[in-house]
Amino acid sequence: MNALANMAAEVPENPLVPPIPELVIGLIAFFIVFGFLAKKFLPNINKVLEERRKQIEGRIEEAEATQAEAQQVLADYRAQLADARHEAARLRQEAQEQGATLIAEMRAEGQRQREDIIAAGHAQIEADRKQAALSLRQDVGKLATELAGKLVGESLEDAARQSRTIDRFLDEVEAKAASDTTKAEAGR
Amino acid sequence: MSAETMLAFDTECHLFIPGCGFEAPGLHSFVFEPLFTIGGYEFNKPMLLAFLSTIVVVGFFWAAFGRAKVVPGKLQMIGEAGYDFVRRGLVYDALGKREGDKYVPFMVSLFFFVWMMNLWSIIPVMAFPVTSVIAFPVGMALIVYVLWMYLTFKKQGFVGGLKNISGYDKSLGWVLPLIMVLELLQHLIIRPFTHAVRLFANMFAGHLLILLFTIASWYMLNGVGIVYAGASFVMTIVMTAFELFIQAVQAYVFVLLACNYVQGALAEHH
Repeated sequence: MNALANMAAEVPENPLVPPIPELVIGLIAFFIVFGFLAKKFLPNINKVLEERRKQIEGRIEEAEATQAEAQQVLADYRAQLADARHEAARLRQEAQEQGATLIAEMRAEGQRQREDIIAAGHAQIEADRKQAALSLRQDVGKLATELAGKLVGESLEDAARQSRTIDRFLDEVEAKAASDTTKAEAGR
Repeated sequence: MSAETMLAFDTECHLFIPGCGFEAPGLHSFVFEPLFTIGGYEFNKPMLLAFLSTIVVVGFFWAAFGRAKVVPGKLQMIGEAGYDFVRRGLVYDALGKREGDKYVPFMVSLFFFVWMMNLWSIIPVMAFPVTSVIAFPVGMALIVYVLWMYLTFKKQGFVGGLKNISGYDKSLGWVLPLIMVLELLQHLIIRPFTHAVRLFANMFAGHLLILLFTIASWYMLNGVGIVYAGASFVMTIVMTAFELFIQAVQAYVFVLLACNYVQGALAEHH
């Protein structure tokens, strides 16, 4: 209680009246802080912050340069690609043209060969026909002679007999023709 | 230093002990016996804490920015955050980057120094906000005031400076004398006074509240009073947390006002 009473006695009249020693000490304490910060630490950190800013800007510039380069490379690549495409298209066009020419030539050649073959066939057929006509004529002559001989050999007594003879002859001729055909087929 | 001078109340006294009342904290809680005396001048606890604030703030920035690196360490990152908070949030905001750069070191120092002086309130053992002794806020406010007046007259010239602090404006007509009296009063007396007292009173009241609940917790710690003591102790914790917030806010407001005053000094007469 005694100490408390002592303290109470020391209480200043007005707490808003600043004691001078405290005021001076406060100012000194503050100016030490201010001195250190203003002269040393804050310039220090400002330098570092500036350096960091520059580095970041440098990095950004670097990145921009890289990006520009990448763009350039991409553009080059695209140009090359377009060239290659044009080249390929040109080659394809050429090949098509060449192919078309080749086909036309071959078609002309085929046409020619076909006409040759047809002409040869026609000639062959003509020859065969001539030969067949010749042989037919001979055969017809021979048959006519044979028939005449038979007609003459038989007595021409009645019409029935005559007609029988003619029928028989024609049957023979037909049979002969049939056997000829069979022979020709077998011979083939 | 006895326990009584440390704690500023009677430790043997409790509730329900006859002849022993509750000793509420008061003005006497803000007066300390000198730790030692130099040439007739007393050196007391608030002075010690003021110097400790200097050491802590300078020490922190030494550790954080002493060997600052482009790629910051943890401490430097914290320091940069604090530095940037004051620089951008307060100085650039009020003064702009071009004008404000000159005042950044001052405002940064002011903010961290005032904050640290406030912070001692909730640091165990120390447990006293230096700024609850009026001399310290007055000192800080005085520096700001001197800077403010110096800038006013340097920037605006003598007549312009007078016009600036007296709110001279011809268009006001016959109310001009009244306005001029009010403006002069405000600029020369009220503003610096409130600047200092706002900080002082907040810290003073906060400390008083914490003290009150702390002492009450101890005082009521007897018999059934333990319940009240518990409630009081919870309030002590709550008030301590609240003070932590108020300390930062008051340091912020103090520097914010300083920035506004400097801005007013630099601005053309309005």
